[in-house]
Amino acid sequence: MVDAEADISDRWRDLDKLLSRPGNLVGQTFDPSPDLKNDLRQYVKVLVVGAGGLGCELLKDLALSGFQNLEVIDMDRIEVTNLNRQFLFRLQDVGKPKAEVAAKRVMERISGVNIVPHFGRIQDKDLAFYNEFNIIALGLDSIEARSYINDVACSFLEYDSEDNPCEETIKPMVDGGTEGFKGHARVILPGVTPCFECTIWLFPPQTKFPLCTLAETPRTAAHCIEYAHLIKWDEVHGGNAFDADNPDHMQWIYTEAVKRAELFGIPGVTYTLTQGVVKNIIPAIASTNAIISAACALEALKIATGCSKMLSNYLSYNGVEGLHTKVTEFVRDKDCPVCGPGVLIELDTSITLQKFMELLGEHPKLLLSKSSISYQGENLYMQAPPVLEEMTRSNLTLPLFNLMGKVPKGVVNVSGMARKDDKKISCTRKLRVLFKGIDGVTDMDMASGA
Amino acid sequence: MAEPKIKYDRQLRIWGEQGQAALEKASICLLNCGPTGSETLKNLVLGGIGSITVIDGSRVEASDLGNNFMVDDSSIGQSKAKCVCAFLQELNDAVKAKFVEESPDALIETNPSFFSQFTLVIATQLVETSMLKLDRICRRANIMLIFARSYGLTGLVRLSLKEHNVIESKPDHFLDDLRLNHPWPELKRFAETIDLNVTDPVVHKHIPYVVILVKMAEEWASKHDGCLPSTREEKKEFKDLLKARMIAFDEDNYKEAIEAAFKVSTPRGFSSNLRQIIDDSAAEVDSTSSDFWVMVAALKEFIANEGEGEPPLDGSIPDMTSLTEYYVNLQKIYQAKAEADFLAIEQRVRKILKRIGREPDAISKKIIKNFCKNARKLTVCRYRLIEDEFNSPILPELQKYLTDEDYSIAVGFYILLRAADRFATNYNRFPGMFDGEIDEEISRLKTIAVGILSDLGCNGSTLTEDLINEMCRFGAAELHAVAAFIGGIASQEAIKLITKQFVPMSGTFIFNGIDHKSQLLFL
Repeated sequence: MVDAEADISDRWRDLDKLLSRPGNLVGQTFDPSPDLKNDLRQYVKVLVVGAGGLGCELLKDLALSGFQNLEVIDMDRIEVTNLNRQFLFRLQDVGKPKAEVAAKRVMERISGVNIVPHFGRIQDKDLAFYNEFNIIALGLDSIEARSYINDVACSFLEYDSEDNPCEETIKPMVDGGTEGFKGHARVILPGVTPCFECTIWLFPPQTKFPLCTLAETPRTAAHCIEYAHLIKWDEVHGGNAFDADNPDHMQWIYTEAVKRAELFGIPGVTYTLTQGVVKNIIPAIASTNAIISAACALEALKIATGCSKMLSNYLSYNGVEGLHTKVTEFVRDKDCPVCGPGVLIELDTSITLQKFMELLGEHPKLLLSKSSISYQGENLYMQAPPVLEEMTRSNLTLPLFNLMGKVPKGVVNVSGMARKDDKKISCTRKLRVLFKGIDGVTDMDMASGA
Repeated sequence: MAEPKIKYDRQLRIWGEQGQAALEKASICLLNCGPTGSETLKNLVLGGIGSITVIDGSRVEASDLGNNFMVDDSSIGQSKAKCVCAFLQELNDAVKAKFVEESPDALIETNPSFFSQFTLVIATQLVETSMLKLDRICRRANIMLIFARSYGLTGLVRLSLKEHNVIESKPDHFLDDLRLNHPWPELKRFAETIDLNVTDPVVHKHIPYVVILVKMAEEWASKHDGCLPSTREEKKEFKDLLKARMIAFDEDNYKEAIEAAFKVSTPRGFSSNLRQIIDDSAAEVDSTSSDFWVMVAALKEFIANEGEGEPPLDGSIPDMTSLTEYYVNLQKIYQAKAEADFLAIEQRVRKILKRIGREPDAISKKIIKNFCKNARKLTVCRYRLIEDEFNSPILPELQKYLTDEDYSIAVGFYILLRAADRFATNYNRFPGMFDGEIDEEISRLKTIAVGILSDLGCNGSTLTEDLINEMCRFGAAELHAVAAFIGGIASQEAIKLITKQFVPMSGTFIFNGIDHKSQLLFL
């Protein structure tokens, strides 16, 4: 019998073939050698955002694609409805944090892999946390969370004086999404391929029922349910907020919806439909998640090693009628406020920081409120914590021109709240500030020489 | 709610309790439990498949630890089938999991009747010779079969069964059947009870667009010798007439009517797809015909008689701006017509059953009703025997793929996967399986691939050196991410076959992991 210890070195036999042999249909950076896998294992760090249907698959796929250093972040706890697809969880895990259980299960199965779990909100980690990673893999089901991570990854991007992205500041992302038998996988290289914001139109806003339909002319079961949910609940319960995770609340909505449906002679209200409508449940199955995550993991391996060409840049999958896969090469929005060189704002040198912040609130592309502003890593004004707010408050009355060291132009970073479809979401933006009436060339030279 | 119902909630919303029941009754046989096979079963076990039987004669080696999640360090030296089966069982204790420690190739050779006990066989990583044999066995025993294979950055999925009929194809987009091009008397009568010139503005903006279009089409026809708008100009004129009826800019019902105005002019009848089904020779039924074809025979008679050229009405209407009362009444009118159509079909089904010597009530009301509701969406899939495809592919298609840039990599891999199997038959290993000798193996693989192309009648066609080189670089590696992708598709197709919902894939899916431009080849 072969010595088991010696034999273990054969563990990556199949992956080694791909990473150690030359080929012609490969990435530009591909440098095949036995060391490539070791470098991958030693130096590459990947963050998996979300430990749900896609996240569980991603952790397994990445760990079995040679990645050794992984971290995962998720704020949710395990629920019974996860178990039909989130294969790292068991019935006895219900109630435990997803990130922690997922990390533990993969580490138990695959020796050598190290996965650090983070049980919490993605917004609660600072930029330095995200900057640690070479690749960010997104397994999310919300547009808001994708936008946030996209903002973060793009905030690291810097442009040179000719507006070309600086290679070492590109934070690559792979993003997956599924709904029933359909899904997408995409590669985002900020500054090179379109970012999430460039193609935000791929996610049309959800259609809502007009309130007058719910109140006066209901026709479908969903109208009756939304009447109970959006109108009747507040009428009856006043200040007691509705909680979709409270089964008593859900039962109440269902009972009211049934009453209303009977009143109008409308068929079709069921408890399952009530939950679906109120919680906006997206159907989800194991197989689609497996397909999409696998595509994302494979692309992550290519980004890290160059072992093959790359998906350029969006793969859609549809298994409803037959099997359809399609690659679309979306193009960047040159004026993208997130991954572009920054929204250009021309200012008089006399504009104070306070006035500048007001302008950001009115700017149609920004609509930023509660802004915190920094320039070249220095805080010009911070909304929080109170200590920093107090320290930076005196800057508000000073001209921005002075605060920026009297340069003719420069990039400031702003984080704040943006208005989008009547909702406020936290975001970060890069702004290119240009001061009017200053001779750019000479001053720029002086600034760089200083 | 009972726990299984909660656990499966997110998938019950897709295939319903009927689909779930079909899954829970199904028994699956898996051949070879490397990563491709393990990942395929993982997705089915999670979804609550009835039983799995894992067939694999090999023992776990170190190289399995680097690509298969269903083994761990302690599995080394043990039966792979046993280890994989145990880890799969952990995922769902409602599934009956068994394993057989035997080589699939040997089982195909020595015990072909073994496969008859299963609903579906999923054969992974089989070489061509075993594939062809298993295909014949399953076809003869009428067992559904899925081939799945991962090979470096390529792979394939191919279904094989004689025929698969889908009643609930559940397409994403399907034009609703409102009969605005040919309203029946009850619908017209209902429209007559509503006055488009009503003075109450609230009522005016809540007349359902179906009623608006029925009335306006009638008005148009009375002024145009009974004809409906057909030319582009007439259609535009008709829309302008609708617009002129608006008394306020915010009348959503009129906006909906203008948007749906084309439905008034849509030609009567049904799709060429359905035409093909009712004209199929299987629709001439006898005592051996399946229930599906008996119902198709009834459908064909219905269309030719009381249906006046149309399949039965499905009876559902989309949501539209309307007073509740109008909408509910409209719903009732459509449902009544659907019910009448169903009764007519049911009667025909009973008569046909009697004629072919079966019990007249052998097919339940519920099944016939479901058939009627989906009559326009029926789908029939048929699959060639792999042997027939390999020996005589559809040549014009093959030639098209070989010259089409979008297909060149996929068709190249299709040929090279076959060439790799022949290579293995000749040399007892896959090309590039071991380091060294790779250059020599590239040229050997090329010779074999060119030979296959010329056998198929594509003399002079070659594959690019880069692709042949790539195939040797792969060295038959089974990469986890590729296996998970292929396994994901195989399990997805298995679910469609078992639930008899949605439309399974046709042709051969060739995975292209280089740039993801995968293709379906119809050969």
